[in-house]
Amino acid sequence: MIRSITQQKPIEEIERLLEGMGRIFIIGCGTCTTLTRTGGAPEVETMSKDLSDKGKVITGTTVVPVACDNLTQQILSEYGSQIKQADGLLVMSCAFGVQTIGTQLGAMVIPAQETLFIGKETSIGLFSEICNQCGSCIIGETGGVCPVTACHKSMVNGPCGGTNAGRCEIDSNKDCAWTLIYKRLKALGRLDDMRKYQKPRNHLGEPRPGKCDIPA
Amino acid sequence: MTSAFKTALHSGKFVVTSEVAPLKGTNLDKFIHHVELLKDKVDAMNVTDHQSSVMRYPSLGGALLVKEHGGEPILQMTCRDRNRLALQADLLFAHSRGIHNVLCLTGDSVLLGDHKEGKGVFDLESSQLLKTIRIMERGKDLAGNDLDGAIEMCAGAIVTPEADPIEPQLIKFEKKIEAGAEFIQTQAVYDLENFKQFMSYARQFDVKILAGIILLTSAGMARFMNKNVAGVMVPQSLIDEMAGAPKGGALKKGIEIAGRMIRQVREEQICDGVHIMAIGKEEVVPDIMAAAGL
Repeated sequence: MIRSITQQKPIEEIERLLEGMGRIFIIGCGTCTTLTRTGGAPEVETMSKDLSDKGKVITGTTVVPVACDNLTQQILSEYGSQIKQADGLLVMSCAFGVQTIGTQLGAMVIPAQETLFIGKETSIGLFSEICNQCGSCIIGETGGVCPVTACHKSMVNGPCGGTNAGRCEIDSNKDCAWTLIYKRLKALGRLDDMRKYQKPRNHLGEPRPGKCDIPA
Repeated sequence: MTSAFKTALHSGKFVVTSEVAPLKGTNLDKFIHHVELLKDKVDAMNVTDHQSSVMRYPSLGGALLVKEHGGEPILQMTCRDRNRLALQADLLFAHSRGIHNVLCLTGDSVLLGDHKEGKGVFDLESSQLLKTIRIMERGKDLAGNDLDGAIEMCAGAIVTPEADPIEPQLIKFEKKIEAGAEFIQTQAVYDLENFKQFMSYARQFDVKILAGIILLTSAGMARFMNKNVAGVMVPQSLIDEMAGAPKGGALKKGIEIAGRMIRQVREEQICDGVHIMAIGKEEVVPDIMAAAGL
């Protein structure tokens, strides 16, 4: 299942963002940040303790089931007075949840996370980006592996000169997308797909911010 | 207008290109000194484009300086820092100022350089940039609009003959030639027996190939490249030869090795010429050429 993959901001940055706010309410998320162990119940508890130690008054904490869901507002209404007393809401979900809560409550929200990418857990504790929603899919010609996402430079015509022993020039722990594609196409007997010239990518798939009206 | 470099490529002579690297800042004395030193010795000089993703004086400005000082520039263009609008605009500008040679590169990752938080553009990549040049030579831009005045370029690309795995690299090499590459400057080669094998494959294509020669300055540098530079493989025998140089004599030994390799490439007609990269030691390029008997 796809998830929003996050990493907690350095505590110094969180402290800077909370400057001037004495009373804080902390909200975790029971979905993605629970899976990535960045904003589930244990992390909310640790954050609450850390901020108390730094002199903040924690007016309350909760972990909502799905922070980005429209029902979040109703769930948070149970904490009305604790939220009202707070100078700011520290939200330990991804940025989808932070924005949802900010819009629903009209409150001051502070993100505790960097939202890195939409990805999945490809092995225990390892999260990978598989698709970056570019709006012009070419994986029908690349053996089902996406070079726009898996290649650091989003190259669509083959590897760059930085590839080395099947790894990427930016990190020897990252696979070279084009080595993966090459191996897959070779196994499928479709190496000719790799010889096809791919035109410059169409960035007009859906101009950012994405908005798509699906007729009922 | 056929560039002097293109004429040299098709003259049947052994072609020699070298590299001049713009530096960080507006003091151009050293760059101009290198241009003056090399302009009558080599057939053309590549002007690097924020080499290794380190921000410097631009390659287009450097290529103009080469021209103004009587040299023949090869403008290196990477796709890392400019989108398709900016790349096409720079090609128009280059043509209008008499720059008619270009080496098309995708470019290193921004992460390898000194502005790691910057955005890598990569709107196009090397093969697409080559194709763009051929479209612009026919008087159109990438969106299909008419140009009032087309460009004309002798366009080239690179290949890494020792890449691992090699087959994807060769497929890309063929795509670059199909996209319009007229010449290829290779990543550094040190094992000429391996390179001969690559050439026996590459000879079937209508493209001029210049073997990349990087000057070794120490045994440590050779080991560093083997460990850190993709597709560069310095054989142990050359590392030993560098290590065995007398104290203070490593550079001299490196010049001797580079000269010896170039001589062999030329005498055995392994390929069409060489591209000498004396990273940071451009002033010894004439010594390398002398050692090669050029």
